[in-house]
Amino acid sequence: MRAPGGPDVAVGDVLLAVENVSLSFGGVKAVSDVSFDIRKGEIRAIIGPNGAGKTSMLNVINGFYHPQQGRITFKGEARARMRPHEAASGGIARTFQNVALFRGMTALDNIMAGRTLRMHSNFFWQLLRYGPAMREEVEHRRRVEEIIDFLKIQEIRRVPVGRLPYGLQKRVELGRALAMEPELLLLDEPMAGMNLEEKEDMSRFVLDANDHYGTTIALIEHDMGVVMDLSDRVVVLDHGIKIADGTPAEVKGNQAVIDAYLGVAH
Amino acid sequence: MGPLYQIFIDPFVQMGTAPDLLVQTLWEGMVGGMLYALIALGFVLIFKASGVFNFAQGIMVVFAALTLVGLYNVGVPAFLALGLTIAVMFGLAFVVERLVLRPLVNQPDIILFMATFGLTYFLIGAGEFVFGGDPKVMITEQLFLPKGAVTYKALGGIISVQKLDVAAAVIASVMVAGLAVFFSKTRIGRALRAVADSHAAALSVGISLEQIWVIVWFAAGLVALVTGIFWGARSDVSFALDVIALKALPVLILGGLTSIPGAIVGGLIIGIGEKMWEFYWGPLIGGGTDAWFAYVIALVFLLFKPQGLFGEKIIERV
Repeated sequence: MRAPGGPDVAVGDVLLAVENVSLSFGGVKAVSDVSFDIRKGEIRAIIGPNGAGKTSMLNVINGFYHPQQGRITFKGEARARMRPHEAASGGIARTFQNVALFRGMTALDNIMAGRTLRMHSNFFWQLLRYGPAMREEVEHRRRVEEIIDFLKIQEIRRVPVGRLPYGLQKRVELGRALAMEPELLLLDEPMAGMNLEEKEDMSRFVLDANDHYGTTIALIEHDMGVVMDLSDRVVVLDHGIKIADGTPAEVKGNQAVIDAYLGVAH
Repeated sequence: MGPLYQIFIDPFVQMGTAPDLLVQTLWEGMVGGMLYALIALGFVLIFKASGVFNFAQGIMVVFAALTLVGLYNVGVPAFLALGLTIAVMFGLAFVVERLVLRPLVNQPDIILFMATFGLTYFLIGAGEFVFGGDPKVMITEQLFLPKGAVTYKALGGIISVQKLDVAAAVIASVMVAGLAVFFSKTRIGRALRAVADSHAAALSVGISLEQIWVIVWFAAGLVALVTGIFWGARSDVSFALDVIALKALPVLILGGLTSIPGAIVGGLIIGIGEKMWEFYWGPLIGGGTDAWFAYVIALVFLLFKPQGLFGEKIIERV
């Protein structure tokens, strides 16, 4: 499993580094001078109270926002700004806090859309549904079916996703991101609004994706239990500033983190 | 005879006693409706992919036709002129994306809508400046489009069918079928539908919005060119055409803004309804009904089925 283009990064080496990134909207500083890295093969959590700049950080990484300062190094290539479809073709996939699916399309088509960048056959063959285009379509369909099996959503394949319950929509969205065979998968609150059982399912999918496909994962999550169980390393943001970075155990014991979450007497 | 008889009974008696006239009226209505449908199709393509209600679609029809005839009139061979016009429509799509859509990305819909008004007046100005404002004759013969009429003796009378209209029907059907396959079966088609549903999600899977916008505006430009050729052949090529292009609005209300089948069915309903009404009911109120009939139908639809026949019913999960 490797994304097109770019050099390979060995497991344990830095896959993506964010250096001194600052982002503001008008006078509001969303992120100030934040640096951290994501290593190949790990599950990296980004946590923090509401308004800490977590989603902004994710949006900077996949090119939705362009930081005013700092740079992003992905697979050894430094750039001041990323463009979303460049990030995608470079191997960064993501899901959204408020599920962004193609609502009118079926679950299958949504996940197939994740294969867009990997389809290369000529447009006219595609129109005729013949020759190389047909072979390619079959091959992509096979990969997509694997993902559908992996996420156990076989029975909702043909359902337009707008009609699915929220938990399943989140799962389809994960499927679409996995279909891109990303090197780095960004998950923005994958368990938000889920009940315990759904959270457990989702946690298992995240762990399996990491294990089975070797996908590096960066996730934002509010449920501390989930974060502590899943992640290898955690970075903590508060008011756009990085206040801690380390293993779950280290972060848990960090006084600044406790203050940020519980408030501190001034 | 009372007015009730004249309104509710007499027209149907006429239809029954002179079926040849009925068939003739239906055919005329269908041909007119098809042209409305094609304009509406241009609107739908752009609206689906970018959420922009392109007021300039009607003018793009005139602009395309004018470019074709204008190039021919300065001595460019007909088919080369056709090729060049296609290139001009591509150039237009490219320029619109660069200069209008891209700077206004993420602005409210109404801003983009107003921008297409600006585009409309720009195209009128540019068209008049380059090719002159006088009505021109469409180059039908030079493009090997058939001329003249075929008449059938049938149903106790004569039915006359313009060969050009038959050609228009065939070409329009092929084009619509092509677009349908394109949208449902190709990678770019899937990307187009994806963009229509969610910009953020489309970007995240690596679809370039810019590229998609150029493609849809180009597709809408091609539809405009085909519409312009056939419409220009029925009347003249002049900016008066854009008043007729406004008839696409009721068609869109009937068919739903996002539905390609809706645009076609809506166009045919308006076209046929308009002709039937004018022919059978028009004389009762002094004629001239085709100026308003379509809009009244649209009003009725807005009251009872505001999402149109095929439009997406808006369901919000709460």
